[in-house]
Amino acid sequence: MKQLLILSGKGGTGKTTLAGAFIKLAKAKAYADCDVDAPNLHLVMEQSVAPKRTDYYGLPKAVINTDQCLQCDLCRQNCRFEAINVNHEYKVDYYSCEGCGVCEIICPENAISLKPAVAGELVLYADETVFSTARLKMGSGTSGMLVTEVKKQMNLVAKDAELAIIDGSPGIGCPVIASLSGVDMVLIVAEPSISGISDMERIIKTAEQFQTRVAVCINKYDTNLVNTEKIESFCKKINLPVAGRIPFDSNAVKAINSALSIIDIDCTSGRAAREVFAKTVEFLFSKS
Amino acid sequence: MKIAVLSGKGGTGKTLVSVNLAVAAKEAVYIDCDVEEPNGHLFFEPKPIGSEQIVIKIPVVDEKLCNGCRKCVEFCKFNALAYINNKLIVFDEVCHSCGGCMLFCPEKALAEKEKMIGEVQYGVSENVTVVTGILNIGEASGIPIIKNLLNYAKGEQAITFIDCPPGSACIVMESIKDADYCILVAEPTFF
Repeated sequence: MKQLLILSGKGGTGKTTLAGAFIKLAKAKAYADCDVDAPNLHLVMEQSVAPKRTDYYGLPKAVINTDQCLQCDLCRQNCRFEAINVNHEYKVDYYSCEGCGVCEIICPENAISLKPAVAGELVLYADETVFSTARLKMGSGTSGMLVTEVKKQMNLVAKDAELAIIDGSPGIGCPVIASLSGVDMVLIVAEPSISGISDMERIIKTAEQFQTRVAVCINKYDTNLVNTEKIESFCKKINLPVAGRIPFDSNAVKAINSALSIIDIDCTSGRAAREVFAKTVEFLFSKS
Repeated sequence: MKIAVLSGKGGTGKTLVSVNLAVAAKEAVYIDCDVEEPNGHLFFEPKPIGSEQIVIKIPVVDEKLCNGCRKCVEFCKFNALAYINNKLIVFDEVCHSCGGCMLFCPEKALAEKEKMIGEVQYGVSENVTVVTGILNIGEASGIPIIKNLLNYAKGEQAITFIDCPPGSACIVMESIKDADYCILVAEPTFF
């Protein structure tokens, strides 16, 4: 199975819009949404089957039994995450606790234990095609682990799929790093704005650490032609292939708001997406 | 007063709103907590005043003292330690710096070294103090940088704008922890 991951660094450049178009163009048998903080791919990919939902347990959280607590303060002193609050009694801040277990062992009264905590939900749609997605519980800290589970879930059920398309999350931190492992190619959706260029450079460097192939496409390219050319010459300089340009298109917003992909309607962005898709597939399946 | 600007979805205009609010407020502090992709400084182009390296603590083993009891390996919830071929190995990237392995090693064979994960830069742009956190590429968690960034807001009299990362995970929680108000920047799309 070849895995294509769509990333951008900056948010809102069009990852999900493009992923949705690619999935339909490729008639992909497997696809996944790894933006577990704010998953949206299911909104444009209509499903005919009911999903299988599984609770996702992140790391456990510490809980203090206040009846046993003698307020010796050892847990607070040794917690590196400032997760122990004192307000008449000792309490663990659910969001700050990373489940390391130091307090559990250090407590001389055995008043602290780690309790399993649901940190989100894995969702799997499987008939002829397999769609793996998830939703992280608000404020949870184990998004990287959940991303790994989303990909595992997809790979397990869709072993024989020739191509898998994975929608990534913005940023360069743990969920992005988790989504990068094991993919064959990353397509970066750049945007010709000052922020877009800065973020693109950081996501390219992140992806290169994984020694995976990287290609770039420029979305809303006509909002700033000077910056579009800057992106293209930057890519040329560091030897990254450019898979094409997509124009700003108000029809794209209309398509999304009708739960459609940009290739479902006749529009300029949809036509450009077809070309970007053809180029991307060519890069993905080429030898060197 | 501290106002956090956030959005869930990326690219809705958090930085646009928070940068311009800071400028409109005349005297303000702008803190960029989107440490993975900080952009506010690109618009302020602040005159630099100083910077601070952000370090986390990672265990190092003294092989002469380690007797291979594996208590640390069993303890570590993040699987950052392994005992292979009579040697204790530390995986820096997955370590959460909880300090437990060092604390509970019966032979006192573990100590800690510092590892740089990023930087905080501060400067001024007219009447706005601009504080930016930058996570090094390849590092998983910007939480220690965000904690440091928010120290710049403590005891601050001027109105403070906190530009948050997208999403709803732990980094967002950390960024809005001390905020008095949150402004949500929404976008009229289905997403």
